[in-house]
Amino acid sequence: MSNFRAAVITFPGSNCDRDMAVAIDEICGGTIHRVWHGDAVLPERLDLIALPGGFSYGDYLRSGAMAARSPVMRAVVEAVGRGVAVLGVCNGFQVLAEAGLLPGALMRNAGIRFVCREVALTVENTQSLFTAGYRKDQQIRIPVAHHDGNYFADEATLDRIEGEGRVAFRYAEPVNGSARDIAGVLNEAGNVLGMMPHPERMIEPAQGGSDGRALFAAVARGLVGA
Amino acid sequence: MKVRVYVSLKNGVLDPQGRAIHHAIEGLGFAGVSDVRAGRLIELEVDGSVTDEALDQMAKQLLANMVIENYRIERVA
Repeated sequence: MSNFRAAVITFPGSNCDRDMAVAIDEICGGTIHRVWHGDAVLPERLDLIALPGGFSYGDYLRSGAMAARSPVMRAVVEAVGRGVAVLGVCNGFQVLAEAGLLPGALMRNAGIRFVCREVALTVENTQSLFTAGYRKDQQIRIPVAHHDGNYFADEATLDRIEGEGRVAFRYAEPVNGSARDIAGVLNEAGNVLGMMPHPERMIEPAQGGSDGRALFAAVARGLVGA
Repeated sequence: MKVRVYVSLKNGVLDPQGRAIHHAIEGLGFAGVSDVRAGRLIELEVDGSVTDEALDQMAKQLLANMVIENYRIERVA
């Protein structure tokens, strides 16, 4: 039995929380706590906190804006400070950016349309906790499903995160107009990853591929040596 | 008292919605429109205890995303 301890946060309007919990359970094992957004206190001794995809608070005001101010996020910010790993996927990425835990913002897709399909990604950083299971420049296929995935940051910020190796994944094809095709970003300490594509939807061949597995496997290996 | 907070995209930030609206305006046959930027108007009903500083903080912390947006606060009598 793995010692891995994870929490999956559910906001009102989250809809990928169960998929996320299943992926963590199947690949990392251990104990998974399902945490409601109104909980101000997180379970103890967590290895990973996952913020799932969905449409928290109906995307009111801006995608992720309301969720970023919910009680549980104060505890998440505090956990990030202690070095706990945090993975935000899709709406989870939007929440992390709105909470100021990651640089930049996710804007309406450049083509206005909601994009829901499998896309090719290039793995840019293979040194992080989340991406150590991939090879540099490896192309992987992961689905996206979002309306607001158009990554924006000013040029100075883009130069800085590129220089620091904090671009984890880049789109290998046009998807949503993201600055420099950025699909996933790490924080400065490397314990927070936000990405628009859904690795939890690509964990077994029945889903069309399993390129997402290596991400969860690397996190478990990196944190508890599982 | 009513307060209006106008939130708009910063200069240089691409506005896909504004562009689509512009396209639709042209589609209706109107000429002479060179650019469209879409923003958001938020109206607050406040009492006399709400200071300008508090309104400023509301805008900074929630109503606008300072990475991409500017805001302007207007007190309406």
